[in-house]
Amino acid sequence: MLLNLTEDQEFFRETTDRFLTEQVAPDALRQLRDDPIGYDPTYWRRGAELGWTSLLVSEEHGGGTISDSGLADAGLVAYEFGRHAAPGPLSVVNVVAAALSQHNAAPDVLAGLLSGERIATWCAPPFGSTRWEPTVAAVASGTDLVLDGEARIVESAGRADDLLVTCNDGDGVTQLLVPATTPGISVAPMLTVDLTRRFDTVNFDGATVPASAVIGTAGDARADVHRQFELLIALLNAESVGAMQAAFDMTVEWAFDRYSFGRPLASYQALKHRFADMFMWLQSSHATSDAAIAAVAAGDPDSAELVSAAKAYIGEYGAELVQDCTQMHGGIGVTFEHNLHLFLRRVTVNRALAGTPEDHHQRLAAFIDAREGTAA
Amino acid sequence: MSALRVETSEELESLEDFRRRARSFIRGNLRQVTPEELRWERNSNDDEAELATVARDREIQRMLFDADLAGICFPRAYGGQGLTHEHQKVLNEEFAGYEYPLRVQIPTLSPCAAVILEFGTEEQKLRHLPAILKGEELWMQFLSEPSGGSDVAGALTTAVRDGEQWILNGSKVWTSGAWWSDWGLCLARTNWDQPKHRGLTVFMLPIHQPNVEVHRIEMNNGSREFCQEFMTDVIVPDADRVGAVDEGWTVGTRWMFHERMLYNSSFVTEPVGLSHGSQDAKIVYDIARASGILDDATARDHIGEARMLELVVNQLAERVGEGIRSGRMSDQAAGLVRLFKGTSVSRIVTLAFDNAGPSGAAWEAGETAAMSGINFLMRQAGSIGGGTTEMARNVISERVLGMPRERRLDKDVPFREVPRSRPTST
Repeated sequence: MLLNLTEDQEFFRETTDRFLTEQVAPDALRQLRDDPIGYDPTYWRRGAELGWTSLLVSEEHGGGTISDSGLADAGLVAYEFGRHAAPGPLSVVNVVAAALSQHNAAPDVLAGLLSGERIATWCAPPFGSTRWEPTVAAVASGTDLVLDGEARIVESAGRADDLLVTCNDGDGVTQLLVPATTPGISVAPMLTVDLTRRFDTVNFDGATVPASAVIGTAGDARADVHRQFELLIALLNAESVGAMQAAFDMTVEWAFDRYSFGRPLASYQALKHRFADMFMWLQSSHATSDAAIAAVAAGDPDSAELVSAAKAYIGEYGAELVQDCTQMHGGIGVTFEHNLHLFLRRVTVNRALAGTPEDHHQRLAAFIDAREGTAA
Repeated sequence: MSALRVETSEELESLEDFRRRARSFIRGNLRQVTPEELRWERNSNDDEAELATVARDREIQRMLFDADLAGICFPRAYGGQGLTHEHQKVLNEEFAGYEYPLRVQIPTLSPCAAVILEFGTEEQKLRHLPAILKGEELWMQFLSEPSGGSDVAGALTTAVRDGEQWILNGSKVWTSGAWWSDWGLCLARTNWDQPKHRGLTVFMLPIHQPNVEVHRIEMNNGSREFCQEFMTDVIVPDADRVGAVDEGWTVGTRWMFHERMLYNSSFVTEPVGLSHGSQDAKIVYDIARASGILDDATARDHIGEARMLELVVNQLAERVGEGIRSGRMSDQAAGLVRLFKGTSVSRIVTLAFDNAGPSGAAWEAGETAAMSGINFLMRQAGSIGGGTTEMARNVISERVLGMPRERRLDKDVPFREVPRSRPTST
């Protein structure tokens, strides 16, 4: 999280912090364990009223920002989501809202996302170490498009009213906004690590949609998808940093409270040095997450590289940090009763989604190829 | 004084004007250099070439001084520009790809000049700071001692008062380039009856004098950059004392702070994109390319990891610098950057060595992978010099996170009673 927030940003962050503290305390999260949606729709609507889904949407479409960077503001919400291990499809709803606003598309759906009445998610292509390719095909049939294929690990698809589907239409990449109830679309829940986030497979079996469902330019949506991945990863990173912060703060407290052999854990040099490493990982994660957000928000030419560096770093050291916090806690740290796993789950899921650390290392190498003119 | 200079301190030169001025000077007067040409480390063992480079660095520094571009964050009263950290960052950007006075930066401008600025008398500042900013004085830190390691406050070099002067005896070590430098900033013990931190005093002394003997140390990679000095009855006038007698650790604490802040210092120029040689992700890449393994997934993983580390260390330095300047972080948080830098450089050197494969063991002259094995021998230097990473971990856990301090046997007892070696059995 940024070190120096504006007064408005600080007020905004605090409001979300207070709301999450009241609404989704750890015991409430445990109760959502078997909930098919993973959150209470009223909670989501109230969060939307606080501005959770409006920050990447232009003012003319009913959105608005707190500071001069909507993505930095959205990053604050994501950070608080991480600190509270909060439920709800925050990142994907924001990504779809940003895409609709950018292309001045589907005003009714966008209005529903802003009010929190509707949920939309993104059937994204699998994110590989060098490239991504859609797994859903869109074939023209008269003026319609017929979709076939399967998208996996789609967040909250079971609850979603609308799906932004990234397809291959034979000529190139096309994105379509499709009602989830369209005949030929079936959604099957997956099992997951997180207590409250839900992931599904979405199957397309001859689902027919009109050409008006296209978002952006048919056959030419690669740049849009790149942008969506940058936004998605920026928000996942900010969320992981929040989870790291919560786990770290909790473990520092523990180190002062817990006595062994007549001394607090915090007095052992072997452990102090590990806390120093953890604090360095934490501050570095804050720094790299913020740098990537700033680059994406500004549309800097190196934004994709900074996003990959941040995702690789936070993926690796976020998980290391919370695992080390678990080690510091000893046996209690691996129980369901303790709160630590709420944060471990969050960084675990975020490490695996949208590119592992190793995937992003490969991508970082490719940016050097591009600069050196040695495309592998 | 040139007309370009703003005349009132309230009216700072705008960043845009400053950039234009810096750009026009740099492009008009300095030579463009390839990233490989400018190396942070001093690999050359050719003394004549080294002296020529030092002379050129002094010359460039003088040109910068005459162009009102030296000492961006030093006050104008001492020959600096009285500008801000933001101006220094602009200068770093404008220097990208051009020669710059590397050997004037660390440790001359910081920590040495930074310490003089903070603790020197008006007379000392007027005497030395303009001379430093003109490139006339290159400084070294007479800080570490052969007996001390990270325990710099355990200095054994002794200064004894003799009227209006002091007599210094002892040895200092790890001064890089003392053989071509001019002055030393020296931490010495002035009171053995006080506890460790309360009997130290800081002095300034010319290095090239009969009573200072400079030895060069050969490192395991063949470099002879580092020196050790032996001081025998070195006379230092009391006017060359920095700070109060026996209060050298007040100076020393800030001295250490400036040392840990070097990766994001307002006093030091470091061109953006400067090649750090064996510490750069680029070398990990170049070695893979030369070895024909650019399409190998493991080699690419190494390249990407190195690139990640070099990006994140700068981002962390930015954050910590901003945190300290805005008061949101304590000065001690500088240890975070020191720790990251040490550990990440070790890792990058290892990644380069691994990408070299067997060429890390034996190579032909001129191979890209040449030296990756030798660099691996020196891998830990970055985690040792400037205070070890272990010291940084102590500072972070104790001074930033507030964890209990380690038990100390050198506190509240006269320093002469502190054990300094394994007891000999009698």
